[in-house]
Amino acid sequence: MEISSATADSPPPPAGGTRPVERTKPAARPGDRIFLALSRGSGILLLVIMAAIAVFLTVRATSALSKNEGNFFTTFEWAANGTPPVFGIAVLAFGTVVSSIIAMLIAVPVALGIALFISHYAPRRLATPLSYVIDLLAAVPSIVYGLWGALFLVPHLGGLYSWFDDYLGWTGILAYHDGAARSLFTIGILLAIMILPIVTSVSREVFLQTPRMNEEAALALGATRWEVIRMSVLPFGRSGVISASMLGLGRALGETMAVATVLSPSFEIGKSLLDPGGGTFAQNIASSFKESGEIGKDALIASGLVLFVLTLLVNGAARMIIARRKEYTA
Amino acid sequence: MSGVTMNEPLVADDAPRASRTLNRPSLPRWTPAALAAASVALGTGIGLGAGLSSRIQWGLIAVLLFIGGTYALAARVEGRRQAKDRLATSLVWVCFVLAVIPLVSLGWETISRGSKVLDGGFLSHSMAGVLTIQPGGGVYHAIIGTLEQVGIATAIAAPIGLLTAVYLVEYGRGRLAKAVTFFVDVMTGIPSIVAGLFILSFWILMLDFGYSGFAGSMALAILMMPVVVRSTEEMLKLVPNELREASLALGVPKWRTILKVVLPTAIGGIATGVMLAVARIAGESAPIVLLVFGSQLINNNPFDGAQSSLPYYIYEQWAAGNEASYDRAWAAALVLIAFVMILNLVARGIARWKAPKGGHR
Repeated sequence: MEISSATADSPPPPAGGTRPVERTKPAARPGDRIFLALSRGSGILLLVIMAAIAVFLTVRATSALSKNEGNFFTTFEWAANGTPPVFGIAVLAFGTVVSSIIAMLIAVPVALGIALFISHYAPRRLATPLSYVIDLLAAVPSIVYGLWGALFLVPHLGGLYSWFDDYLGWTGILAYHDGAARSLFTIGILLAIMILPIVTSVSREVFLQTPRMNEEAALALGATRWEVIRMSVLPFGRSGVISASMLGLGRALGETMAVATVLSPSFEIGKSLLDPGGGTFAQNIASSFKESGEIGKDALIASGLVLFVLTLLVNGAARMIIARRKEYTA
Repeated sequence: MSGVTMNEPLVADDAPRASRTLNRPSLPRWTPAALAAASVALGTGIGLGAGLSSRIQWGLIAVLLFIGGTYALAARVEGRRQAKDRLATSLVWVCFVLAVIPLVSLGWETISRGSKVLDGGFLSHSMAGVLTIQPGGGVYHAIIGTLEQVGIATAIAAPIGLLTAVYLVEYGRGRLAKAVTFFVDVMTGIPSIVAGLFILSFWILMLDFGYSGFAGSMALAILMMPVVVRSTEEMLKLVPNELREASLALGVPKWRTILKVVLPTAIGGIATGVMLAVARIAGESAPIVLLVFGSQLINNNPFDGAQSSLPYYIYEQWAAGNEASYDRAWAAALVLIAFVMILNLVARGIARWKAPKGGHR
């Protein structure tokens, strides 16, 4: 009896491969039932948490929005504690998007370079320790990046920025009027360093999966190493690189403490990216939380909801790309 | 391009010409290194000569010289295609150096500035009664806070994450499993500040509990869960199916098979994953700012009253904005980095020591 019911239990699905047809009889033993309930329960709990995050933030946000005297999307002001409360996310949205874009522009090419270096250029003995070093970059806490950014990077960027100002100041967006370099552009550089590891490690994985045959075929045609990469590695890894960048973008959008330590915030959109000022969603939440009253906190939660939706979209899209890719490469 | 290379063997009967085409002129092996050294020297020279204050500018000049020089030289000696190849190689090397610089600089700054005030007294005292502009004080209260908050978060997140992974690998099929997989992935990307806001609105604003270490732990647990699920899932998938089948064939119930066969086989990898997740949340400061509120005093009870934590302490000391507090911030950063790195190293040690051995012998 004991044995027959155990064998009726179909074997667990093999990893990632095709799954066997539906089991014929569900597990009948109490131990099995409890264990299944527990593990399925945890899975459901995760879904519930995700739903709860959305629901709670929305409830709080609507209560704040109903009291808002300004336009939530276009007001250039954050006086949520005033009477009447006036607040808008225009400046925050601008700062978040601009700093993340700068971070992407710097980080993605460099990360691709490092990924290629590890997968195709580095001597084999160097490659493993190197990828380990890159992973270490990911392990450094964001507040330490913030401290380093504020006390080391900022003083060192002043010279570079005046250089930019000398030659490119006429563009307006690269003008720089002395003062500490605690600007959106500095944030972009810092965020670029912080998202480098994730973009690198995902792209490296993809590059390493390039079919050996494609590369050898290119080599046999007399291609140089760069031509091999351009003709076989990069086309193969394109979707992987896109999703890696979007994962990095998700990180950059939500980064809090590093931005809060380095940026000197203001509620206006400056013409220059190099001059201090601006703000991001996460930075504003962390910086103005302690001075916020009831409505102020709700207003911050409302801005957090926007950030949540933004990162959800970006990450969801990245994961979709990865999943679709997996389907036709597996 | 294939046409060009195909032409050469066709004229192979012309012996002297063939040898000429086979031995195309190429730069000696030490060229890139020499060029790099020369451009760094030139960059420094120009920087010094023009009186540029920022080292970053020196570096940029050197990089441009190196890339341009490599391309020009290779194009002259070896031809355009080889030059492009060398250009790509030098760009890739430059990228690598670019990535190493911040890491080295960050490590160096933290160690050299952090070791100034880091001693036994720093580790065993709190900030009670110390004005921020005074030297002295320590991180004892912050270490207690970090250990307790991270401990509680792990106690919540590890079992849930583990069970979820077991569900996904051992039972999961159909819509629910797909949904869980997708949302675990999405959850990995939740900004820490959003997790903090969620607990804030739920625990503190709605249920009206006060600020406490426990509130922070819950937010940390939310951040930790998906990481644990993902790594455990990968490890469970590595367990050979033959082990499960052997156990089931002996009449062992499925739940005992999972507990006694599958999990012990993968335990090394699972422990590694959990420790890496712990290392990740130990450095989180955003939820702590919202939920734990910070304190100068030692508070051993995570369930009642404000606490501190290492990341929060760094933020607080940085915000105080004077030399003494900067020193403390760097020292705390050193402690935090050491803590995180030790966790990382131990995790990798476990992974190597307990690496799952292949199912077949």
